Amino acid sequence: MARTAVSRRLGDRLRWRVAEVTERRAESATAVTLVLEVPEWPGHLAGQHVDIRLTAEDGYSTQRSYSIASAPDGTRLELTVQRVVEGEVSPYLVDELMPGDQLELRGPVGGWFVWQPEQEEPVLLVAGGSGLVPLMCMIRSRRAAGSRVPFRVLYSLRSPAELLYGPEIRQGTPGVDLTHIYTREAPQQSARPPGRITPDDLARHGWPPDFAPTCYVCGPTAFVEKAAAYLVLLGHDPERVRTERFGGGED
Amino acid sequence: MAIISRGFHGRRPPAGRKLPPGQYETTGFPVLSAGPTPWISTDKWELSVTTETGRRHSWDWAALTKLPSETPTVDLHCVTKWSKFGTRWQGVSLDVLLADVETAAEYVLVSSYGGYTTNLPLEDLLDGKAWIAYGYDGRPLAPEHGGPARLLVPHLYLWKSAKWVHGLELREKDIPGFWESAGYHNYGDPWQEQRYRGD
Repeated sequence: MARTAVSRRLGDRLRWRVAEVTERRAESATAVTLVLEVPEWPGHLAGQHVDIRLTAEDGYSTQRSYSIASAPDGTRLELTVQRVVEGEVSPYLVDELMPGDQLELRGPVGGWFVWQPEQEEPVLLVAGGSGLVPLMCMIRSRRAAGSRVPFRVLYSLRSPAELLYGPEIRQGTPGVDLTHIYTREAPQQSARPPGRITPDDLARHGWPPDFAPTCYVCGPTAFVEKAAAYLVLLGHDPERVRTERFGGGED
Repeated sequence: MAIISRGFHGRRPPAGRKLPPGQYETTGFPVLSAGPTPWISTDKWELSVTTETGRRHSWDWAALTKLPSETPTVDLHCVTKWSKFGTRWQGVSLDVLLADVETAAEYVLVSSYGGYTTNLPLEDLLDGKAWIAYGYDGRPLAPEHGGPARLLVPHLYLWKSAKWVHGLELREKDIPGFWESAGYHNYGDPWQEQRYRGD
């Protein structure tokens, strides 16, 4: 076999596995969390993703990557999928896939856009829309590990209706300061008028650059381009700004 | 022995277009990179080629854009699953840039402004397979897509086409670059689906 040279752990991690959907949870009108049971799941780091493979009856097959939303928890894995209008895969996952169904996945994948409990520096998370998913995994992993590293989170979303993980977000986590940036429609009690994220938002609710936080920015391309550029403009070392972009494609 | 996804029909690529396994077509132009976009003015831009003996060749912006350019139309395949057909570029073939470079090296370590690196065999840059691209779709290449200039190696996954290219180091021995060290495949042939180490 050509794969004998590969260390066992890695080869194992990148093997396609059959996962079973055990539960689905609506997160918003357009997003759902799929709870999966993945036999022999090797565990993951906060921020990693999985590859999903769907196969039609005639053998046509396609793949997408989805961020992991849940903190490591045995063989249980949660993915949050936002429906993309006209998408090929996300509408199927959001609308069609039911408990008892199976799908193929492999992973975890990714070693750069990750947060590990051993990290001691302050953390800034900047989420645009469903870019919150891998960042939520970091928040949950921080909690699960009992870390007291201070997190600040800026979560940009169009309107309150798009809020992901509402109950958990509202309940809050000690040491995690979360600021909502509503871009189109803000709740009445909100002091900040609706509008896209600005350098001022990042200066006011993020960390001063001399605290040397690691910044994780995830969201649609245009959002990430802007937010990351603002962070650099504010004096953050580009090497401490990690980004993950999505969008531009259909899913 | 793939499992069939109940009720999944999917969307086939248009007839006559071939997608590598696991890919889907996009008509947008997604942006993927590990950090903030570096902004490099063409006044300060430089490309260097350093051989295994330490001999250094370099081009500033004027020198690069004076070289004969080509306008390849190529398909792009990103490891994150999207493919984009028929993209139109302008750039200088590596055959032109490396024509007078003396080397016995077999590998190249490419480095970018911003610190990104990627490695590939030298032969994958030669014989009309690769360009230093500075134009896209009739316009200067935008910074988020690697402007002012990026490497373009369309027969490999797009992470090999380093954005904001700054230096090519010719090496006798191969060493992994940024994503290759992080578990991506060392070579990255989309048609063999070489996404991750071990694929």
